This record gives sequence, C-alpha cells and structure tokens, in this order.
Amino acid sequence: MSSTADKVIEVICEKLSVTADQCLPEAKFIDDLGADSLDTVELVMELEEQFNVTIPDEVSENILTVGDAIKFVEENA
Amino acid sequence: MSVKDKVCVVTGGSRGIGLEICRRLVADGAKVALIGTREETAQNAVKELGATADQVKGYALNVADGTAVGEVFTQILSDFGQVDVLVNNAGITRDTLMMRMKEEDWDLVMAVNLKGAFNCTKAVMRPMMKLRKGRIINISSVVGLTGNAGQANYAASKAGLIGFTKSSAKELSSRNITVNAVAPGYIATEMTDAVSDAAREAFLSNIPLGRAGEAKEVAAMIAFLASDESAYITGQTFNVDGGLVMQ
Repeated sequence: MSSTADKVIEVICEKLSVTADQCLPEAKFIDDLGADSLDTVELVMELEEQFNVTIPDEVSENILTVGDAIKFVEENA
Repeated sequence: MSVKDKVCVVTGGSRGIGLEICRRLVADGAKVALIGTREETAQNAVKELGATADQVKGYALNVADGTAVGEVFTQILSDFGQVDVLVNNAGITRDTLMMRMKEEDWDLVMAVNLKGAFNCTKAVMRPMMKLRKGRIINISSVVGLTGNAGQANYAASKAGLIGFTKSSAKELSSRNITVNAVAPGYIATEMTDAVSDAAREAFLSNIPLGRAGEAKEVAAMIAFLASDESAYITGQTFNVDGGLVMQ
C-alpha cells in the first residue's frame, strides 16, 4: 500500500476513532466504521487540510468508503 | 449555576444588552472575549468591566465579514485555548416604513443580524465539535415573532435567527452542542432610546408587567443558558419581555 494510503488511513483512524485494521478498502464510513453525517463532513474537511486538496461537494458525496478516500487523494493530491 | 472559567464570546459586547451580558458572565467567573465593531469602543467596554486581562479581552470585528470573522476567532482560540459559549448578540436597526426602506437598509440589517450569526457560528462549530460540547445563544427579538411596522428588515432578520437556531440545534445535537434563542422585548438601551415617544408609550402600554425591561434581566437568561444546568434544552426561543408575547 502506498504511503498516501497509509496517511489517509491515519486520518480516518483519528477522526472516527477506529483502528487501521478496520480500515479495509471496502469499509463504509457510515455503515462499517460508525460515522454519522457530521463525521463524514469533518473527515472530508480534514483530508482537504492534510493533503491540501479541494473536495467539491458533488465529489465528497461519492466518497463513501476508505478505498474511495484513498483513490481520491492519490489521484488529486 | 456556573459558567466559571468557561470561555464565552459575545458579539456586540461594547454596549446595550451585549455589554450587560459580558458584565454578568464576568461576575460569574467566565472568561469573556468581547467583540465590538470598533477597536476603541471594544477596549473601552473591556476597561469598564474592570476585569483582569486574562479574564476579558476585546476584539474589533464586523461580523458581516466572513473572512474577518475567521481571523478574529482564530485569534480568540489562540488567546483562550477554546470556546465554550458563543452569544450572537450583534445587531443593528435601520427602521423605516417599507415604502421608504431602501435595498441597502435591508441588506445591511440582514448582513449584520443574520449573516453575522451564521459567520460566527461557523467559526466556533469545529472547535466545539472537537470538544464535544458547547453553547450557542442567538439574541433574537419579540418583533421576530410578532412583526413590527417600520421594522420589516429587523423583524425578518430576528425571525430568521429563530429558524437558524432550530436548524443549528438539530445539526449539532449529536455533538452535545446546544443552540437556543433569546427574544428580548422592550429593553431600555440606546437602541430603544432611538424609538419615538409615541411608539414607546404604545409599546409600554401593552406590556403586562407594565415597564420596560432591563438589560441585566436578559443577561440573567443568557447566564443560565450558558451554564451546564441548561444541558437538556436546545432549539428553543425564550422571551424575556414582561409578558408582551405569550405563546
């Protein structure tokens, strides 16, 4: 796994209080990792800050899993 | 009922109800970030409160300016470490009958009274969400409930604050942040001194308790809502109006 992926997972672990081994690529923030809608907004804002990217609302709506987040950051950061 | 050591930000704190709110919070042992429109008036108000520089600091800010709000709240967070309580009190009037009301009169009142509360609330949201607690108190007005001839802009902004209060209460409830509104009636301040004698008499004759309110009577409600004791109350509007409007 890339170092970007590791960093994304680190952010997810911190924001959602989960462990790295829970962060499987297909893990859904809301259904699998216990996030609520505010958590997902906070997570997206944190990713924007950490990786200095802008995630438009229409894109962030489709970032539902750990894999989605890693893919977006890898392609845009 | 304690706000001791809580960091409270009060906008429109240099005079009127806002200054009285600051005075009460300081007396109760809170730390207060007093925001006024101009540096000089804010610092004068801080001096008048007579507290130590650790307890009260003044800041100049136009709450309608979102960028400036972000900067000043960053400064407040660095000065005090956190924000426990936000009182969105800054408000202005541009009274006139709608026939004569200019678009600028409308825009300015909306920008300060309604957008100002939005800007400041946004600025404290993330730090409060991180703390998993917070109190946001929006100062509305009974005219936001009843309407008032000559105050279409002001009444609309104050009614807007009530909808804003309920929406933010719902959005933030899962983070243990409560949001409530206080609707003062006729309170003796510089703002109400500007009302004509005839209008004042008409107003007073309709108040069941038969007198104008005092700013400190509004401040007492804010002190309660800012305290831990109000933990189970959110999304509500409380009238402090001598019985003028009974719901």
